[in-house]
Amino acid sequence: MLLKNTYKAFTTAWQGLMLTLRHFVAGKGKRTMTSVKATNYFTELENKTNTIQYPKQQLPVPEVGRYQLDVEIDDCIVCDLCAKICPVDCISIESIKATSSYGQTSDGSKKMLYAEKFDIDMAKCLYCGLCTVVCPTECIVMTNQYDRSVYTLGDLNYSFSDMSPELVAEKKEEYEQQQAAKLAAKQAALKAKERGA
Amino acid sequence: MNPYILYIIVAVGLFTFAALFALFGVYAERKLSAFIQDRLGPTETGKFGLLQTLADALKLLQKESITPAAADKVLFLLAPIIIFVSVYMGFACLPWAPGVVPSKASIGLYYIFAIISIETLGILMAGWGSNNKYSILGAMRSVAQIISYEIPAGFALISVVMISQTLDLQQISLQQGILSAEKVKFFGIWDVTHIGGLLSWNIFKAPHLIIAFVIYFISSLAESNRAPFDIPEAESELVAGFHTEFTGMKFGFVFLAEYSMMFLVSMIAVVLFLGAWNTPFPNIGSIKFADWTTGIVWGIIWTFAKTLVLVAIQIWIRWTLPRLRVDQLMNLCWKVLTPLAFLCMIISGIWRLWVM
Repeated sequence: MLLKNTYKAFTTAWQGLMLTLRHFVAGKGKRTMTSVKATNYFTELENKTNTIQYPKQQLPVPEVGRYQLDVEIDDCIVCDLCAKICPVDCISIESIKATSSYGQTSDGSKKMLYAEKFDIDMAKCLYCGLCTVVCPTECIVMTNQYDRSVYTLGDLNYSFSDMSPELVAEKKEEYEQQQAAKLAAKQAALKAKERGA
Repeated sequence: MNPYILYIIVAVGLFTFAALFALFGVYAERKLSAFIQDRLGPTETGKFGLLQTLADALKLLQKESITPAAADKVLFLLAPIIIFVSVYMGFACLPWAPGVVPSKASIGLYYIFAIISIETLGILMAGWGSNNKYSILGAMRSVAQIISYEIPAGFALISVVMISQTLDLQQISLQQGILSAEKVKFFGIWDVTHIGGLLSWNIFKAPHLIIAFVIYFISSLAESNRAPFDIPEAESELVAGFHTEFTGMKFGFVFLAEYSMMFLVSMIAVVLFLGAWNTPFPNIGSIKFADWTTGIVWGIIWTFAKTLVLVAIQIWIRWTLPRLRVDQLMNLCWKVLTPLAFLCMIISGIWRLWVM
């Protein structure tokens, strides 16, 4: 019994030692950056280091990855749908009505609203992708950029609006003038009607 | 030269060596463990991460030295010093090359075994002084383990001493090579006095000394608190065992002691079993390998190389085998190793009387 145990202790210890020795002498070269889709992805890990030296080496990620949100502001019609569907309210939009259609998106929709503010707080985002689904012009998309380390939390609040404060003030002014003109025209029309009656 | 200056130089040299070896040992441990686990280990600090442990040591030096409010201040402060000094003093008697030994004590082996037992006291002081239940548990386990394993280790060494008939480590080293004054027999049958090399090492002088070597090696793992006998530190159970509460340089000294202990026990094994500073190459006819590779420089190289191989095996074992349970540990020590070591000692006596 004792002899059998001793024999077993030595043989099993030897097996373990050989296993670790095999891993010790196996290739220590740099890990090849193959996608997880590659057929030999796991077999290659068997006899190579598993360490990815991250900033120097990066594993390829799918182009349609769901990491950071990105907005092509020129294609945005400021419909506010994304902000409405967002479960965690991480998108905040403020709009100014334009005096007239001021342009077209790449898919031909008319742009009637200026985006005074289009902020996405990626610190709040839960990466559900609902905003990208509801967007009528497909201007809000998720990209395959995943490394967004920042020093302050505020840096994760992405501002996509490209309007300067002067431009915002100007457009507001224009809209108010138009509204005032409309009101004046309306009142004039009303007066004319009263006079006519 | 004033002998006292020489003593101080030797002492400082040994301390420097212990510190440098600890730096190297930690680096080697981290690299070996990383490769075994298919990782890379330190790579960023210096070429191949070579400066990593130096950076770690600098970090430890700058750390605040905290003494817990409820700790026994005297014991807590003394413990790391006692732990390190007891291991460090063990180096005093170990021979490095023909004629190169810090202290020519005729009872060298006895002294080493006595002085490294003091480490247990330091560990107990550390555990008790910390006033922390994990620390005291770790210390109790450590004391039980080290004292138990000193018995098989001691008897394994006594079986060698009975063959070589001396406690002077330099004498024991001399007997294992071509410089030996008496006859050296390979397994007691083949006279290899002038052939030397691997064949004249103590481990091959008698078949039971191979078993004694295995017993000593297993016990030395337990004595230096290394896996698979690392229950005193048992990270997963006891945080860090007896050195949980130590910070800064106090922790540094405990760490230094652990790695010095690794080197010390391996060097004892090399001196007693693996031919000390003698070359592993035998003389073959007119090709005098053994004669060419014996000398002071060669001696230091051989001692170093053999000891580092044993240290590497210790590290290799640590990253392979899981930790033993307390009862399994005691079972192995008292029911297997101790009787076997006794048997080796008896065979040694018989061997000395009738075979040699």
